[in-house]
Amino acid sequence: MPANAIIEVKGISKTYEGGVEALAGIDLALPQGMLSTLLGPSGCGKTTLLKIIAGLIPPSQGEVWVKGQKVDGPGPERAFVFQDFALLPWGSVLRNVAFGLELRGVAKDEREQIARKHIHEVGLKSFESSYPHQLSGGMRQRVGLARALTVDADIILMDEPFSSVDEQTRRKFQEELLDLLRHKKKTVIFVTHSIEEAVYLSDRIVLLSPRPGKISQIIESNIDRQDENPEEIRRDKNYLDTVDRIWQILKQYV
Amino acid sequence: MHRSLPPFAWQLISFALVFGIWEFAGRWPISLAFPSFSQTLLALFSMIADGSLAKAYLITLQPLVIGIALSSIAGIGFGIAMGLSRSVEWFSLPVMIVLQAAPMAAIIPLLTYIYGIGLTSKVLAVVVLASPVIVMNSYKGIRNANPSLIEMCRAFLGTRQQEIVKIILPHASALIFAGLRLGLAMGFIGIVIAELLITPTGIGDLITYNSSVADYPNMFAAIVSIIIFAALTIHALERLERKLFPPEIRGLENAR
Amino acid sequence: MIVFGKRIPMLFSLLAWCVIWEIIGRAKLSTIVPPFSGVLAAGITIVPTPKFSTAVSISLRSFALGMSLALLVGIPLGVLMARVASVGKILGLWVNIFISAPISALVPILMAVIGIGESTVVVTVFLFAVFVIVIDTHVGIKQADRSLVEMARCFGATRSQVYTKVLFLCALPEILAGVRLSVIRGVKGVVIGQLLIAIIGVGELFELYSQHFLMEEFWALVIVVFTFAFVVSESVAFLERRVEYYASTR
Repeated sequence: MPANAIIEVKGISKTYEGGVEALAGIDLALPQGMLSTLLGPSGCGKTTLLKIIAGLIPPSQGEVWVKGQKVDGPGPERAFVFQDFALLPWGSVLRNVAFGLELRGVAKDEREQIARKHIHEVGLKSFESSYPHQLSGGMRQRVGLARALTVDADIILMDEPFSSVDEQTRRKFQEELLDLLRHKKKTVIFVTHSIEEAVYLSDRIVLLSPRPGKISQIIESNIDRQDENPEEIRRDKNYLDTVDRIWQILKQYV
Repeated sequence: MHRSLPPFAWQLISFALVFGIWEFAGRWPISLAFPSFSQTLLALFSMIADGSLAKAYLITLQPLVIGIALSSIAGIGFGIAMGLSRSVEWFSLPVMIVLQAAPMAAIIPLLTYIYGIGLTSKVLAVVVLASPVIVMNSYKGIRNANPSLIEMCRAFLGTRQQEIVKIILPHASALIFAGLRLGLAMGFIGIVIAELLITPTGIGDLITYNSSVADYPNMFAAIVSIIIFAALTIHALERLERKLFPPEIRGLENAR
Repeated sequence: MIVFGKRIPMLFSLLAWCVIWEIIGRAKLSTIVPPFSGVLAAGITIVPTPKFSTAVSISLRSFALGMSLALLVGIPLGVLMARVASVGKILGLWVNIFISAPISALVPILMAVIGIGESTVVVTVFLFAVFVIVIDTHVGIKQADRSLVEMARCFGATRSQVYTKVLFLCALPEILAGVRLSVIRGVKGVVIGQLLIAIIGVGELFELYSQHFLMEEFWALVIVVFTFAFVVSESVAFLERRVEYYASTR
């Protein structure tokens, strides 16, 4: 295992009640400070693996180690961003973003102050008192992201966060996410079924094959994200080559 | 054409139509016992004027209010327990399903013979009819909690207690309130049956007494008054419910 | 519920309750609760008697008549209300008033006008049952997928074909839900109607048994009536489940 692996997945298998084998023998190391993506067609178990790392689902076999400690459930060092946003419909944006801190017993003034900072960061500054039903899908997911940032976890786990928004919003999000993460020292584990999204965002891509979920290949990205303008990446030759390469691999599973 | 008429106008047309037909039917010699609209209206006003209606309601409302209060406290509590605990659910759900479908009114005469003809029997009649629906609604409200929100709560390190207080109960409150409204409707049914069967007091008395002296306009007026009263109260609750729990706040606007 | 590692289905809790009932009865904890075995025995004795079978057949007859009327009137009315806006607006008000109103209050006037007999019970059942059917049919038809209707018209469906082949089937889950609820109300209507009239059917029997403190007979009759209500409503629920498969993809 590489020295800077913050997450170690050891022999994880998961079989659901009813005999559906979602994952079979996953061994993986995910590096600190980088954005890694779990990519694959439906049925490859990527969301299952993500939730096992998050501690939301127990594995049938195997262990996950995060920061040198065995995973036994959710923890303060891991924050989750949900595909369907999972916002309290009866709570304002401010309440929702501060919710993680509310659960930890942080005092109201303090947690709202921290929340406001992150609401501003994701570009929702004037929407603090709005309610989820008044926001578009894209804005709701920003709330979800702000909530994950507010608890200041080392690791952010994102479960197809942009799949419920339209294409244009999605592209904008991807660019903004790169901008946002550029100066933070967070580790991000991202789940998607979009090849372009994976190559655009990731430093490392883990390809999974379906039924049962297994690791097919791990691809290191050679796109230089630190220097390059987010808008330029999609014209980078490495980007286009990698997308094509991955498609050739995944094509056989569709 | 009809798009330009406000809903208020339609209600007026509706009332006018029905009252018109009623008036007509009442004058037609179908039966001596069927009073016309105008006769009923007159009788109603006279009963309001001489205070007999108010007196009757004062008596009727007592067991209703007490019964509903008891049913609500016990019913909501029990329903929540059923929702939160699989063991309580196992014991109670089949029984509750049967009780909700069953004609509980059959028990009411028995109650009289056991508990006498006073307040107790009537309160029990209300409780027996109103409780099942309150329990079942509270139970369903808890059980139907949004699993995604619960998962989110766990992901951010919420304890089970926080889960219940911050996610499950707020989400269930809409259905619990609906249950109260339905329970009240059943309560009205219970108190009417109780008063017609057990002992003529309150509204039941007005109905049975006037029936026995063949004063049909008065009798019908009393009946109409309780129906209107029940309808208005329940409608008011419905509006309150819609105001407190609009679908967006319940998270339902994306349903289906 | 898991006992000795094996999962026991919820239905068995009813058996547990029967055992508890037996214990309470034998311990004589309440005058009105005889042992469950006694109730069963009483049930077996009274069911074959002519008095019982007459009461049951009268009640069943009133129930069937009242329910049929409610269906025959309620479903078309619901459809009409959904398709013709003015009818919907005029009748909607009254349907909403009567659906939660204490209809039992109307029974005395029914007795005075129609008489003390089966017809009053039939009308009571009708009134108890019809409003739910109207509302649920109305909702079902109104929510029927516009695009399905358009599709049918595109392929040349006539008016009646649209109704029978698309609309009705589309609304069937809601209609069946309404029928199930109305069946439960119908049973309540029979019992309440007969209780208030007190000289026919099971209502009379209930009154009789209560009056003479024949508790075992009383509870036996309660079980019979409750079981009937449950069986009928579950039969409709069965039909509901058979159309459930398309309910969510509409």
